[in-house]
Amino acid sequence: MHALSVRSLVKTYKNGVQALKGIDLDVEQGDFFALLGPNGAGKTTLIGIATSLVNKSSGTLSIFGHDIDRDLEGAKACVGVVPQEINFNMFESPQTILVNQAGFYGIERHVARERAEKYLKELQLWDKRDKMSRSLSGGMKRRLMIARALMNEPRLLILDEPTAGVDIEIRRSMWEFLRGINQQGTTIILTTHYLEEAETLCRNIAIIDKGQIAERDRISSLLRKLHTETFVLSLRKELHAEPNLEGYPVRLVDDHTLEVEVSKEQNLNEIFIRLSGLGIEVLSMRNKVNRLEEIFMRLVEARGEKANAARGARS
Amino acid sequence: MSSTVAQHATTTNGINRSAIRWVGYKTIVIREFGRIIRIWGQTLVPSAVTATLYFVIFGSLIGRRVGNMDSVPYMQYIAPGLIMMSVITQSYANVVSSFFGAKFGKHIEELLVSPLPNWLIISGYVTGGVMRGLMVGGVVTMVSVLFAHLQVTNLPMIIAAVLLTSIVFSLGGLINAVLAKNFEQVNWMPAFVLTPLTYFGGVFYTVSMLPEWAQKVSYANPILYMVNAFRHGFFGTSDVNVSLAFTIMVLAALVLFGSALTMLNRGMGVRE
Repeated sequence: MHALSVRSLVKTYKNGVQALKGIDLDVEQGDFFALLGPNGAGKTTLIGIATSLVNKSSGTLSIFGHDIDRDLEGAKACVGVVPQEINFNMFESPQTILVNQAGFYGIERHVARERAEKYLKELQLWDKRDKMSRSLSGGMKRRLMIARALMNEPRLLILDEPTAGVDIEIRRSMWEFLRGINQQGTTIILTTHYLEEAETLCRNIAIIDKGQIAERDRISSLLRKLHTETFVLSLRKELHAEPNLEGYPVRLVDDHTLEVEVSKEQNLNEIFIRLSGLGIEVLSMRNKVNRLEEIFMRLVEARGEKANAARGARS
Repeated sequence: MSSTVAQHATTTNGINRSAIRWVGYKTIVIREFGRIIRIWGQTLVPSAVTATLYFVIFGSLIGRRVGNMDSVPYMQYIAPGLIMMSVITQSYANVVSSFFGAKFGKHIEELLVSPLPNWLIISGYVTGGVMRGLMVGGVVTMVSVLFAHLQVTNLPMIIAAVLLTSIVFSLGGLINAVLAKNFEQVNWMPAFVLTPLTYFGGVFYTVSMLPEWAQKVSYANPILYMVNAFRHGFFGTSDVNVSLAFTIMVLAALVLFGSALTMLNRGMGVRE
């Protein structure tokens, strides 16, 4: 049984925009799954249908075998959701929000209070439990939404850009927390614009573009498809001209920075040997862009070019 | 066989739906009660002040000159109407403001993503509206006994009339909140429909005082039946047939509940 199973899912909004054009997608139980795509690609619509905040136009969607057409209550009982926008009552305290949310899932108040304490402590919100929620910082509000989504101890946790606008330190602590939740058996579906986040946390990935699945693979397999990568090297001494590294395209960015393009068949050892031979010392090295980002951009651009070519042919 | 089916329906895949629904309903009611108490200055006090003003101005000052209405002193005559008026406005106001506030602040999504069915969400909000209606009705009743002697002829009728009226207007408030796109639309119904209907609903006068055409128009006003059924429980007199009044209230409650449920099931105003 899949945690999420989607077949021929279509959503056409009243204004005629077709946000989903017949999507098929399966997410395995226990997976940490990334759902990526440019703005307006259909990610939030898909999540909206899975959480019953958006009505689908056609197709099927089931969560742990509960078809949303035949057993919506059963499907909803399995899910916890962290939406993109803050959507709790700003005039209630974090503790009240959590206890009430648990109540909506049939959890008695004494159990709900214990769970609220557990998650408020784990997400470092315990000190703020009685404050009015509107007084919380942006990062705290995001963590409160994660705590709220966990109150029913869902089998499937859906996070729609959970770390948007959160500083790097809190983001990394949230990653650790989510990794722990996933290791305990909760299936997680994550949408994010931070591709580093997807690469760090997720095992499998689907890229949605213009309402269709453009790619669905293991992240590791996808990264292996990357033919060339560009590395940025920081140099100890000034360099005034591009060195000649035969077979490796090189660009001098400034007098202390060099960019080198490396294809899948080549290796980094060779570059370092040649640089050493030229008396160039490298202090540090990094990828020019995140590898997943590179794949993402190539996929999206390729689909854009294809669509333009098709339009051109028609006209 | 039927019990097996029922059991399967309530415990599919280990999910005890009846328990979820009961706890969920209680949670909505507790949250609504908490809201009424938290903002008591907005929810409970203004009606007591308004009722006192009505009793002082209409009952005591003007009422003395009016004399009897329907064989009852005017102060006494308007008391049930004023109680009912506060029940109507407060039940409506509670649900429209709470539900629209939740919609506007998007925290209605907390309920929409939960496994609670829409009929239960409606019932929870309506219970909140009835609670506020009865609490404010109780406060206004306490104020009214300071000014008028309230005799009770038929207590079950009083309770049934006030409960049904409160349910009807809570449902009305919910439908208004579902359909409203902004705060202006939330205020439109109470200002232009509810208040005129209430004032022309026999709160301050008996319809027998009106010219014949106005009496006919008044009989199309559902609030007239509610106020008169309630007043009948106190004085045993009414401008309308009490059985017809209760039939209208029950039918109105059923139609409004059905409409609200259809709207939420279709996602009107709350889902895309």
